Amino acid sequence: MQGHTKATIVAAALLVGGASLAGCSSSGSSAGSKTITVAYQDYGDFTQMNTEMQAVAKQYEAAHPGWTVKLEPIEASENDYYTKLTLMNRSASTAPDVMYEDTFLVNSDIQAGYLAPLDSYLSSWSGWSQFTASAKSAARGSDGKTYGVPMGTDTRALWYNKTLFQQAGIPVPWQPKTWADVLAAARTVKAKLPGVTPLNVYSGKGAGEGATMQGLEMLLYGTGNQLYNTSSKKWMPSTPGMLASLNFIDTIYNTGLAPDQEDALNPNFGTTVATDLIPNGKLAIDLDGSWLPGNWTSTGAKPWPAWSTTMGEAPMPTENGQAPGSTSMSGGWVLSIGSHSADKQADFDFVSLAENKDNALNYDIIASQIAVRADVAADPKYTATNPSVAFFTNLVKVTHFRPAYPVYPQVSDQIQVAMESVMTGQSSPQSAMANLASSVSGIVGPSNMVPGS
Amino acid sequence: MTVATQSPRAARIPSPGARRPHGVRRLLGRLAPLGPALLLLLIFFAGPLIWSVYTAFTDMALSGSATVQFTGLANFRRMFSDPVFVRSLELTVLFVVGSAVIGQNCLGLLLALIMRGRNRAVRTTVTGVVIGAWVVPEVVAGFAWYAFLYKTGTLNSILGHFGLSQDWLYTTPMLAVILANTWRGTAFSMLVYSAALSDVPPDLLEAAAVDGASGWARLRHVTVPLIRRSIISNLMLITLQTLASFGLIYVMTGGGPGDASSTTPLYMYQESFQFYQLGYGTAMALVLLVLGALFSLIYLRLIKLEDS
Repeated sequence: MQGHTKATIVAAALLVGGASLAGCSSSGSSAGSKTITVAYQDYGDFTQMNTEMQAVAKQYEAAHPGWTVKLEPIEASENDYYTKLTLMNRSASTAPDVMYEDTFLVNSDIQAGYLAPLDSYLSSWSGWSQFTASAKSAARGSDGKTYGVPMGTDTRALWYNKTLFQQAGIPVPWQPKTWADVLAAARTVKAKLPGVTPLNVYSGKGAGEGATMQGLEMLLYGTGNQLYNTSSKKWMPSTPGMLASLNFIDTIYNTGLAPDQEDALNPNFGTTVATDLIPNGKLAIDLDGSWLPGNWTSTGAKPWPAWSTTMGEAPMPTENGQAPGSTSMSGGWVLSIGSHSADKQADFDFVSLAENKDNALNYDIIASQIAVRADVAADPKYTATNPSVAFFTNLVKVTHFRPAYPVYPQVSDQIQVAMESVMTGQSSPQSAMANLASSVSGIVGPSNMVPGS
Repeated sequence: MTVATQSPRAARIPSPGARRPHGVRRLLGRLAPLGPALLLLLIFFAGPLIWSVYTAFTDMALSGSATVQFTGLANFRRMFSDPVFVRSLELTVLFVVGSAVIGQNCLGLLLALIMRGRNRAVRTTVTGVVIGAWVVPEVVAGFAWYAFLYKTGTLNSILGHFGLSQDWLYTTPMLAVILANTWRGTAFSMLVYSAALSDVPPDLLEAAAVDGASGWARLRHVTVPLIRRSIISNLMLITLQTLASFGLIYVMTGGGPGDASSTTPLYMYQESFQFYQLGYGTAMALVLLVLGALFSLIYLRLIKLEDS
C-alpha cells in the first residue's frame, strides 16, 4: 500500500514535470514565426558585422512588412563565439535562423546537421553569378551542396611598421626572401629598439583558430609540406615542415623576439595587437590578416588615419625562398541558414539582401575584406578606399585553403596545444610534434594519417 | 549535506496494521512540503546527472557528427593513456591538498585559536576582513588576484621599488591559484573552528596548564581531540568544494600556460566546450566524482580510527 502510494507520487511528479517541460519547449518554437533570428559575433575590435547587420535588418523590415529581424550579437572572443553558436544550434528552440559561420567550421556543422543546403534558393538568385568560383566553393559540403554565402575572403601577410624600421636602420620597403630574413629583421629591432616587440606570430590555445591559421599554417605551407595530402587523402601532422614551423615558434618565443607568452596566450590578444600594439608603435612586425585596416578606418574600433603611411606590407616568404617565393592562407566567413528554421525562403531573402552588391560593397569596405563578388571587386569605391587591397588581393595567386573537413577543427585544436607547449618551453618542438601526431591519429584514425617521418 | 534533507523520523514510522491509514496520511502530510523541492531536484539535478553518466559512455560531440555512438569504456581508456589528463589529476590533488587541507584548514584553525579570548573589537575586525574574502563572488576574487599578481600588477609594482620582479601567473601558476583559494576559503574553516572551540571546556585547558602542559601540548592533547569531529567534517566539506573549483583558476590562469595549472575541472571544460568532446569531458566528470568519494572515504576512516 505504502509502496503504491510512493509510486503514485513519483508518477504524478514526473507527469507534472514533463508537462511543464513540454510547456517550455512549445512556447520556445512558436516565437519563430514571422521572425528571423540572426546570430553573429560582436566583440573586441570586431564591430563591423554588428553595424552591417543593423543596417540590413532595417532594410529587410522595410521591404517585408510584418516581419521582424531579431539580431543576436554574441559578445564573446572567437573560441567562445563558436562554442556559444554550437550550443545554440543543438536545440531547435535556440538555433538561429541565419548565422555567421567561419568556413573552417562549416563542414563540421554540416555533419552535425545544423545547416540547411541552399542550392534551390541560390539557383534562382541572380546575384550568385557574381561570386567567384572559389567563393562559391567556400561553403560546399562533401555532398556537393552549398551551405553558405561568403561575406568576403582574406589573405595573410607580414605587416611592418615603416617608422620603427627606419629607426632600427632597416631599409624600407622591406621584402624578406626567407624565414631567416624575417628573423634577422626581428633581431635588429630587438637590438636597436628596446621596449618594442619585434615580431608577433599568433600561437597557443588563447588565439584559437587564429594561432593555427595566421601562425602555424602560414609557416607550414611555405615549407613544401602541408597539413593534408589531397591526393592520398591523408593527414600529415609529422613532417620536416611541421618540425621547422614549430622550431620557428620556439625560436621567436624563447629568444625574446615575440610578445611575452603570458600576453600572447590571452584570448583577447588579437584585439590588443590591432588596437594598441600596432597603432601605438609597440610592435614592429605582425604576421596577420588582410582585415587589419578595418580596425583603423573611421568606423573601426581604433581609428588611426596614419596607418596607410606608417604600415607596410610584405608577403610571407617561404622557408628557404623556394618557389613560388611567398605563401598565404585564405579563409573567410559565410552566412548560413539553420536546418531547424521554419521559413527558409524568408531567411534566404535576408541573406541575399545582406549580400547584394550595395551591402556587400559596404561590408567589404568597412571590414576590410577581399571582395568575393566580381561587381564589388571592380567598383572604384572599393579599390579606392583601402590602399592595401591591391596587395592582399594579389596574394590570392599564392594562397592556400585549409583542409576544412569535418575533423579539421579538432586537428586545429591539437595544433594549438602543440604550439602552446613549444612557446612556453614545456615541450621541445620534436616531442610536441610527436604528441601532435598521436592525438591527430586518435582523431582521424591511424589509417587516415601519414605516419611520422 | 544532502543527507540532511531526508527526514530521519519519517523512516522510523511504525506501521502496525490498525494504524496504517493514519500513518500513510501522516507520511503524505510530512512529504507534501518536500514535494516541490523533490520535483525540482528530479528535473534539474537527477536529469542532468543521469544524462551525463550516459554521455560519458558515448562519443557525443558538440559538432562534427549528427549521431551519437555508444562507445563503452573508450573514453576511460583514452583518459588513462592521456598524459595531460593524468597530470590534471595530480594538479587537482595538489590544489586540494595545498589550498584546502593545508591552506584553508590550518590557517582557519590558527585564526580561530588566536582570536579566542581576544576582545570584541579585534574579533570583529579580523572576522570582517576574513569573511569579506569569502563573500565576494568567485569571479571578482579571481580578477582581484589576477590584477594583484599580473606582471604589471600591484604586487610587482611594490616589489619593483626593491628591484624585484616576478611573473607570478606565468612562472608559478599553481602557487598563485593555491594562494588565492586559501585566501578566499579560509573564512569558512575559521567559522567552523570558532564554533567548535567555544565548546571546549575552559576548565579542561586550565587543568592541563596547572599540570604543566605547554601551549602546544594543550592544543595537541586537549583541544584537537575534542574538536576532531569538526575537523573531519570541515575537511570533508572544503575538500569536495575545492575539488570542483573552476571559476577562480579559469579567471586567473585559464589553466595555462600550456597545461601548467590545468586541474581536472579546467581540462574537462577545455575538452567539452573548447574542443567540443562532450563525451570525453563528462567521462572526466565521473572520474572526478570517484576522486571526491575517495577523499570522503579517507576522512570517514579517520573518524573511525579516532573512535576506536
